[in-house]
Amino acid sequence: MTAALDDAIKRETHGLAGWIMSRPAFWVFLAAVLACLVLSLLTDTFATPQNLFNVTRNFAFVAIIALGMTVVIISGGIDLSVGSTLCISAMVLAIIMNAGFGLALGITAALAAAMLVGAINGYLIAYIRIPPFVVTLGMLSVARSAAMVLSNNRMIYQFGPDEKALFWLGGGSTFGIANPVIALVLLAVITGLMLKWTRWGTRVFAIGSNQHAALLTGVPVRRLKVSVYMFSALTAGIAGVLEAGWLGGVTTNLGQSMELSVIAATVIGGANLMGGAGTVFGAVVGAALIEVIRNSLTLLGISSFWQGTFVGSFIVLAVAFDRLRTDRELEE
Amino acid sequence: MAILQLNGISKNFGAIQALDGVSLELASGEILGLMGDNGAGKSTLVKIIAGNFKPTRGTITIDGEAAEFHRPVDARNRGVEIVYQDLALCDNLSAAVNVFLGRELTRGFGPFRIMNYAGMNAKAGELFKELKSETRPRDLVRVMSGGQRQAVAIARTRLSQARILLMDEPTAAISVRQVAEVLNLIRELKSQNLAVILISHRMPDVFAVADRIAVLRRGRKVADKPVHSTSPQEITGLITGAIDEA
Repeated sequence: MTAALDDAIKRETHGLAGWIMSRPAFWVFLAAVLACLVLSLLTDTFATPQNLFNVTRNFAFVAIIALGMTVVIISGGIDLSVGSTLCISAMVLAIIMNAGFGLALGITAALAAAMLVGAINGYLIAYIRIPPFVVTLGMLSVARSAAMVLSNNRMIYQFGPDEKALFWLGGGSTFGIANPVIALVLLAVITGLMLKWTRWGTRVFAIGSNQHAALLTGVPVRRLKVSVYMFSALTAGIAGVLEAGWLGGVTTNLGQSMELSVIAATVIGGANLMGGAGTVFGAVVGAALIEVIRNSLTLLGISSFWQGTFVGSFIVLAVAFDRLRTDRELEE
Repeated sequence: MAILQLNGISKNFGAIQALDGVSLELASGEILGLMGDNGAGKSTLVKIIAGNFKPTRGTITIDGEAAEFHRPVDARNRGVEIVYQDLALCDNLSAAVNVFLGRELTRGFGPFRIMNYAGMNAKAGELFKELKSETRPRDLVRVMSGGQRQAVAIARTRLSQARILLMDEPTAAISVRQVAEVLNLIRELKSQNLAVILISHRMPDVFAVADRIAVLRRGRKVADKPVHSTSPQEITGLITGAIDEA
């Protein structure tokens, strides 16, 4: 009797190939690779080192924030304020450095400002129980307005004594790879490890799937939610610091509407807006795909007015494709 | 003597009186069948004992000491474990992780602690085998049958040295063989001197394992009798109101 039980338990249901193909991020990755291959054939400018450098650096900013957004979406929430958080973080960095202080202090202050935004979001969502959409929608306006107030709506393009260091951080490269891309890779690895290998990560998945069950089993749900929104804001803050270094100047419209690209990237990458599912790999690939589409339209000479059509259609297609795939699995 | 004492437990939800002055005693090694129609207050009573709600009036005493629970974890720390009617499982996590949810096993590298999946899978596998269940620790709960999900929920209660076990409709959605296994488990727990409160609609199950049966009707306790001095007919009458009190 127990031997039969052991056999039943040990039987494998999927091979490795089956497991890979059941992940939505795999198909998006395939689409991205395919797009790159097609573009390399259709144009002679896509596969050049310069173009690839640009593409990877451009999508790095969205991808970094998409890491934080993925965690928020897994937990069952949403964060519409990331674009404004990026702006206020960059603005705090600019103001501090412009006043003559060093890069280290500037970065510390910028990230602290970002995490404060995240903490406020998290507190209102977790303890006061206002829906995440509403809180972050309000914060979207408040944070950007705060950036305007702090800077008196001026553009800041002088960053004091550590200016060169900041420009290297955001615009420079190491071993031929753009620094923001290196930052992305590091953050992606850290986030992925945290989601899979820490209790924090497991509990984020639990809250997104069945918050009540998590509460009943003793998971500190409210504290966890605050940490999730602080993490999202932190990624926006990091992207803000890097983008400031790359652009060489900070204006109050920095990051405007970026939250839409970030959410699109995470959704294309397989994150479920209902909560409980999402991957780091998917977020990065989703961001990459959006940027490859944009880049390809430019290289193919198609008017940039069409970008929105392509990106928007892709969001719907990606989710529809995944739905078709899972529906077919259920029928089999 | 009694490990659990409820004195005059009442619970209002706004204008709704879910429980009205329910008093109950439970001794270690005793199995109490809690029966009543839908809306009688059985789940509410059990959730109060498990720390989900605070009673509007009344006291809970565990092992002679007063108990005031603010959260389910407080009750767990006092030796109360519960299997909820909806099982409280997360579909997107594996069986083993669900069993350990809230008290996950970790391995440490200095100040860093990481999830000990191997340990949790092994321990959960042991618990499932004890329950004679074919549940696989690594499978996601999403793909599991009702019986397997029930095994996960019951296995959760075996993690700590519980003294009081509350089960809300544990045999409602599982196979015949599984029902026998669950009832055997309950008898096994009795021999380990646990106190068990079993909410069930299934008369044969209750009469098979319970020592006493308590009946709730519209929030009030209308009967509390040893199982051998009552009958399924009398209990049915008490549940429906045909018999007023016994």
